[in-house]
Amino acid sequence: MLLNQFLFLGAFLFCTGVYGVLARKNAVLVLMSVELILNAVNINFVAFGAFRNTVAGQVFALFVIAVAAAEVGVGLAIVLLIYRNRRSVDLTEVDLMKG
Amino acid sequence: MDWILNNIWVVPLLPFASFWIVLLGGKHLPRKGSEVGIAALGASWVLSVWAAVAWIRRPATGEGGEKLRSYLEHAYTWFNNGQVKVTWGFHVDGLAVVMVFVVATISLLVHVYATEYMHGDVRYTYFFAALSLFTCGMFVLVTAASTLQGLFGWELMGVCSFMLIGHWWEDQANSNAAMKAFLTTRTGDVGLLVGISILFFGAHQTFNWQSLNTQALGGRIDHTVLFWGAVALLIAVIGKSAQFPLHTWLPDAMAGPTPVSALIHAATMVVAGVYLVARTYGVFWVGFSIGPNTHAHHGVNLLAAVGGVTIVIAALLAFAQDDIKKVLAYSTVSQLGYMVMALGCGAWVGAVFHLFTHAFFKACLFLGAGSVSHSGAHHSFDMKKDMGGLKKFMPTTYWTFVIASASLAGIFPLAGFWSKDEILVSSGGNGYWAFTVVGVIGAMLTAAYMTRCVYLTFHGEFRGHGHPHESNRVITVPLVILAVFSVTAGWLGAFGVHAFGDWTRNEAFIQAKVKDYPFNVWLAAVALGFALVAAAVAGYFYVREEFVFKGATERSTLARGGRDLLVNKYYLDHLYTGVIVRSLRGPIAKGAYWFDQNVIDAAVDRVGTTSRTVAGFVYTAIDQTVVDGAVNGVGAGAEEGGIALRTLQNGRVQFYAAILFAAAALLGLGLVLFI
Repeated sequence: MLLNQFLFLGAFLFCTGVYGVLARKNAVLVLMSVELILNAVNINFVAFGAFRNTVAGQVFALFVIAVAAAEVGVGLAIVLLIYRNRRSVDLTEVDLMKG
Repeated sequence: MDWILNNIWVVPLLPFASFWIVLLGGKHLPRKGSEVGIAALGASWVLSVWAAVAWIRRPATGEGGEKLRSYLEHAYTWFNNGQVKVTWGFHVDGLAVVMVFVVATISLLVHVYATEYMHGDVRYTYFFAALSLFTCGMFVLVTAASTLQGLFGWELMGVCSFMLIGHWWEDQANSNAAMKAFLTTRTGDVGLLVGISILFFGAHQTFNWQSLNTQALGGRIDHTVLFWGAVALLIAVIGKSAQFPLHTWLPDAMAGPTPVSALIHAATMVVAGVYLVARTYGVFWVGFSIGPNTHAHHGVNLLAAVGGVTIVIAALLAFAQDDIKKVLAYSTVSQLGYMVMALGCGAWVGAVFHLFTHAFFKACLFLGAGSVSHSGAHHSFDMKKDMGGLKKFMPTTYWTFVIASASLAGIFPLAGFWSKDEILVSSGGNGYWAFTVVGVIGAMLTAAYMTRCVYLTFHGEFRGHGHPHESNRVITVPLVILAVFSVTAGWLGAFGVHAFGDWTRNEAFIQAKVKDYPFNVWLAAVALGFALVAAAVAGYFYVREEFVFKGATERSTLARGGRDLLVNKYYLDHLYTGVIVRSLRGPIAKGAYWFDQNVIDAAVDRVGTTSRTVAGFVYTAIDQTVVDGAVNGVGAGAEEGGIALRTLQNGRVQFYAAILFAAAALLGLGLVLFI
């Protein structure tokens, strides 16, 4: 069974996504990195589902896709508003919550 | 058909709803809220007639003097306290149905009358709201199933009475009268609370009227407990029903608008006390040994004595009043004395019957007096200054007033004759002959002072100013209706007819073996004769110029003394305010002041200095060092911690995300390593 290979792929994608979220300054790229993380999770779900011979993993993956779509919708709306106010989507500049 | 008997709660609910509607939205209605009150009372009246018909058609058991319709009772749990379950319920029997009918009828007519009488008043809407709430209170009392619930209605009426007597509170005298009425009845209410408590514990922890009566009459309550319970309730009755010596508030209560006087101080609220006795009759019957066959029966008891004294004393006072409403007020006190005396003499049916008939003719008299004042005497009530000779100007008012007066005086065949006779014959039959004589004397005095009242108001020369005229239909129609009742209401208990007794008799009545006595022609004739003679003498006194009693007060010291005594109302008000209140203010106040200065102040001073020393030590040693140290320490700690943690809150989203991922990674590592 090819389970390990899928898990390695998922781990690689997850790490790439985390790197993107933490290191990129562009808010749109951060959102895309979040999608990478979610898709890494999806690969794990489907892989384990196939390994154990159930459809549960695929069902979860479908749910994650739906939630991710909603999340992107909200996230892009926020980014758009930030852009309109500041003419920039650089996350390091958005620090109004500084204590 | 019996629906209303099982759902009598609708009757108090209607005026209660009307109260809120009028109070909250009455001002915006086209007729300022009066239409809501009239509609609610009209509906209540229809329901009360329905209840009366349903009650009469209810199958009865027993024959003759023992004919009985069984009561209906529905109770819902109000609250539980330990083992004691207190219920909110409705008790329907003949007495309740009669009371509901009387209250609804009078209240409806008074509402209609008031739309004209109070027209243009500053607090017109508020007046109707209070009138509705008052009616609701009376309905609650008469349909209640327990003493506690009765107390609720009782106090509600007390408050409304206060609000309505003081309706024109801008005048200090009215405000004082309201206060006096409230405080005097409150004095009696203390007795009610005490009585309810005594009977609650005496009757094995129940507030229920029915159970109270059954237990009292069944000998399940100790006689001493019943006696003191009855005394306490009697004090409540003395306060509410204006019996001697707490009757002084009722004449002063005439400061309220006339419709209020008619509704509250003649027909309904003041009879609450009488109703209370009639309702808890078992307690009084056994407590005061009223029954003719009890060995403690000496032809006198506290209840009868209070009533008997009140009849005579109040009737005499009515002669010395120039204010028409005060004459009627003393007459009310006197008639309430009749009812209380009747209950004390075992004439239960007579008392309830008199309550029933009295409500109609007294309401008629008060509304008549209001009509005279409204249209004939420029809002004055002084018979000697502003009235006289009004007969030709106000024929409807005159004739209704005369009919009601004759009914009050017990003239055959009007309502008052039959109810008064029922009282006289039953009190005599039970062996209370002395009180029968008192009753006849009372009837004589009543006839005489009502003749004086009618003569001064309607005959002779007009002494007022302006142009008196008849009141309009809104006022005269209620008068005519009440006059018709004043004539016919008594026929329910006329000779050969026992309808009223058959309809109202209840379980307590049967269990106590209260007796009904048949109509006695001779007694009735004697009472009627005395009344007619008294009326004739009084009439003669005013019509003829030279009469042996004329000017007696100028010629005879004795007569003048008697008159002074009456004008000053037996100096009772002087006793209450002058002696009792002043003695409290004077010596007792001085004593209290001395005690205050020398005992309490010294103690307080000593306590003060000691506490100061202790406090000084506590301040430096404990407060400054320990407490302040702790408080400051907490503050400083929080501040330092805040400054240290502040660096974490740098506002950068990715920094937060890094912490999140780091924490998740650590958690995952922990899971892998330790589990």
